[in-house]
Formats: sequence, structure tokens, C-alpha cells
Amino acid sequence: MRHAQRYILGGVAIAASIVVFLVPFAFIVLTAVKDRRQAATRSFDWPTSWHFWDNLMEVLRTQDYMLVTAFINSIILTVVSVTLLVVLGAMVGFVLQRRPSRWTAIVNFLVLAGLIIPPAVVPTIWVLQSIGMFKTMHGMILIEVAYGLSFTILLFRAFVATIPRELDEAAIIDGAGPLRLFFQVVLPLLKPVVVTVIVVQSVAIFNDFTNPLYYLPGKQNVTVQLTLFNFQGQFNTSLHLLFMNILLITIPPLIVYLFFNRQIVAGMTAGAVKG
Amino acid sequence: MAVAVAEGSVPIANPRRKSRTAGLYPSWFYLPAAIIFAVLFMLPTFASLFFSLTRWTLQKADFIGLENFAQFFREPFLFQGLVNTLIYGVVTSGLKVVLGMLLALLLTSDIFGRGYLRAVVFFPVLVSTVGVGITFTAMMHPTQGLINETLASIGIKGPGWLTDPRFALYSVALVDVWKGVGLATVIYIAGIVSIPLEYYEAAKIDGATPWQRFWTVTLPLVHPATATVIILSFIGGLRSFDMIWAMTKGGPGFTSDVIASVIYKQYQAGFYGLSTAGNVVLFIMVALIIVPLSMLLNRQETDR
Repeated sequence: MRHAQRYILGGVAIAASIVVFLVPFAFIVLTAVKDRRQAATRSFDWPTSWHFWDNLMEVLRTQDYMLVTAFINSIILTVVSVTLLVVLGAMVGFVLQRRPSRWTAIVNFLVLAGLIIPPAVVPTIWVLQSIGMFKTMHGMILIEVAYGLSFTILLFRAFVATIPRELDEAAIIDGAGPLRLFFQVVLPLLKPVVVTVIVVQSVAIFNDFTNPLYYLPGKQNVTVQLTLFNFQGQFNTSLHLLFMNILLITIPPLIVYLFFNRQIVAGMTAGAVKG
Repeated sequence: MAVAVAEGSVPIANPRRKSRTAGLYPSWFYLPAAIIFAVLFMLPTFASLFFSLTRWTLQKADFIGLENFAQFFREPFLFQGLVNTLIYGVVTSGLKVVLGMLLALLLTSDIFGRGYLRAVVFFPVLVSTVGVGITFTAMMHPTQGLINETLASIGIKGPGWLTDPRFALYSVALVDVWKGVGLATVIYIAGIVSIPLEYYEAAKIDGATPWQRFWTVTLPLVHPATATVIILSFIGGLRSFDMIWAMTKGGPGFTSDVIASVIYKQYQAGFYGLSTAGNVVLFIMVALIIVPLSMLLNRQETDR
């Protein structure tokens, strides 16, 4: 590509990206620091006065610190579900790749089914109720695990294939059983894909709105995405608080993105290139 | 690929060795995952086939045959959801394929500011869908919104993006594309950079124009990425709920309702049988579209 062309095309693309992609984010930040009246005009302009701190405190204090509760709940939900997903998904991916048996075809089919079939909502509530887990954090965690397993297993299965089987043999000769082989030899070697799974699933579960809406109703169980939804009605005339709320729940994914950019892209493009 | 590798490295029939590997890779490793998946995913899916045929209060289910499904095709406000789901799926996945491909071509060429551009296109994928929905709802406000104010300043009277029944569904679909196109782009980038450069050089030596190189080298060889983008965004589009719920709640009226929002509305109204029938309809629709589509896309791949 010629030199001038490279800069002209780049310049046009950057200008377009500012209008299309950065303006909405600037709109969130600017609205979040305005006072009530200026925010209500929905205008895209500089704040006449800055209220970052006031708005932050007011959002946090609303409804007995609901947003703080929500952050704690979302973090518990995300951390526990992702931990379970990593361990259980890696176990399945490991055996699935290593030992072709009559189960392999069934498991592969179920993995695909899990990716395609939309979860049946009310029957799931019915099942949760009958095992006493409806409206509980335990139930919600297991739901996220059930829905995230398929994708996790796919990632692990592909990566286990790159680990030489000779390692398994060596571990056995040294007297390791299947549990020690898996947890002390194989799992540490899976570290790159473990990081990918952690990052991709954390973002997905932290941002999940639909499932907590159905399976985890109730004020003390609220998660961050639902606070947004609750504030939407209440703050119809308080856009400054609503947007401060959006700003706050956008920060965790932003931090994750800054640190794990490469792993996220690796995880999300897995399967796009057939090797 | 993974399975082929595994089979290739297993030595031919050796009973002693086989029993040893069976012990090494025990089937019970499947068990914890299998129990969770069976109880919370498989069981509700099978149960939905039965409950969709009933009038259901969670305590009591009266069998009413196919009445719920008949209602889906009879009642305009339910049928509209079916049609809208298809439109939404086709529009979002079509635009993601085209725009994702164009962006990926741009972002794999040697342009100035490439790293920044890749980052900024991808970031919306990670942001909360509801947050994006609320932000664009404010920007699409018919009189005060940024979009229509900008259009007014150059003398164009913008439509009521979310308040006009003709536009609401498409406006939401556009925001969905805005948020999701970054994923399509990175998938295409991965596909494009895996194409060996020799092909381009050979085409160049044969005197192919850039346009011909795109049609004869890039497009056919990036096919796996295209298949992935189409399948992923189609499944996502047909199941989409949170963006629509955050922006229009299916309104005005029920003009932007999709099956997923109908399922939620009927659930809220206490019509559990009808809501579950909606789930089954969505399941059938996804299966009827995705299974043939992925077979078609995979066949083209092996044909070459």
C-alpha cells in the first residue's frame, strides 16, 4: 500500500470510528456527570457543572445501597460459576479428546444441542422449584454452568489435542492415578485456554441479563444488569443517575479487556479457522 | 480435527493397554457436568415438549392438545413475533457478515491506526447489552435525541426511530449490529490472516486485479469464517431478547415483539403453557434454519 493512501484511508477510518463508536461512550460519560436538568435534555454537550461525585454517591445510596449488593452478588455469581465451568469443562474436554468410546458421539451431540437449543424458560423454573433452588444464588450458579458448558467443552477439547499423550504415560509410570494425572499434570498445561475460558465466560456471565431476570428475581438477589433495568423505570427523569449506573457496570469489562485483550479474541474466534 | 488426532495416536488393538487407558481417562469425569446439564438443561427441554400442550399453572397442567400452537398462528400479536424474529435474525446476521468482512479487510490491510481501530470496533462486544440499549434509546429519542438533532442541523427530519412502528424493529436490529459487528470482524480477521500469502503473490503474477484477488482468493478461502459468523449471529439473532427488551419492550404496540419477548410477556401474564409453547416454536424455528444452513455451509467447504 502506498504511503499517502495508507494515511488517508487510516484517517478516514479513524474519523468514522470516532463518530460511530466513540460518541456513544462519550455520551454515557458526559450524561453521567451532568446535573439532573441538563441530563434530562439528552443533549450531547459539555456539562455546565460537574457532578461526578454527587451522582456516584446518589446512585450507590439508592434503595439501601442496592447497587453495592448487586455488585457483590454479580461477583459471587461470576467467580463461582466460572470456577465450576473451568474444572468441570476441562474434565469433560480431557476425557472426550483422549478416549474415544461409545460416549463420545453422544457427548458431542449434546454439546452441539447445548449451543443451539434455546433454554426452555418456564420448565426450568419448574425444575428449580421442585429441587428448592428457584430464587437462590445456588440455582443461578448451576444454571450459568449448565448454559456455559458446551462452549467451554469445545475450547478445552481442542486444546487438549495439543498436549502430547506421552505425558500421560509418563505420569502413569510414575504411579499417578487419573485424578492426580488430571489435576497435577494436565490442568496446569491447559493454562492458556483456562485463561481464555475465564475471561470469556466472566464477561458473558457478568453481562447476563436474561437469566437472572427469570431465575433470580427478588431485591436481595439483584445482579448488576438488573439494577439497570430497575433504575430505568424509577429514574425516568433522572438520566444522570441511570447513565452513572451504566458507566459503573461498564468498568469491569473494560478492565478485563485492557488486560486480556488477546485471550478474549482468541477464545471468541476459536473454530473460525479450521486447522 | 481433535478426534482425528486422538484416534491416530491410539495403537492398534492391544487389550492390556486399552484397559489401562480406560482407567486413565475414567468416564466418571463426565458425571458432574452431565448431571448439571441433564437436570437444568435437558430435562426442562424435554418437559417443554409436554407442557407446551397444556394449560399450566406450575401446580396443575391441563392437557389441551395443540391449542397453544394454534393460538401462535391465529393471534396477530403472537404471529407478528414469529415474523419479526425471522426479520431480526436475517437483518442482523446479514449486516454482520457484510460489515464484518469489510471491516476485517480494512483492518488487515496496512492502514494507519490499525491497533486502535481493532480495539474500538471490538470493545462494544464486551459491554452490557442493556446498557447499550438504554444509551441508544436516549440517542434515538425522536425530538431530543442526538441522532435526530444532528440530522435536523443539516436539514433532514429524522424518523421516530423507536416510536414509529415501521422503524422500531430495524432500529433495534441496527444497534444489535453496532454492538456485535466487532465479533464478526475479529472472526474474519483470524480467517483472513490464516490465508497463505503465496496465493496472493501467485494471483498478482498472473495479473489479477485487487478486485479479482478478493473474489478468487480471499472470499473462497475465508469460507470457514463466513460459516462461523453466519451460524453464530443467526442463532444469536433468533434468540435475542435483552436488546429488544431494553429498547422497545416489543413496542410500539407489539410491532417489535420477537418470540423471546413474547415468551417473557406470556410468562409475566401467567400463561405458562403458552409461554412454553413459544419456547418450543423458537426451538423448532432455530433447528429448521440452523441445521440445514450449517449442512449447506459445510458441504460447500468439502466440495472444494
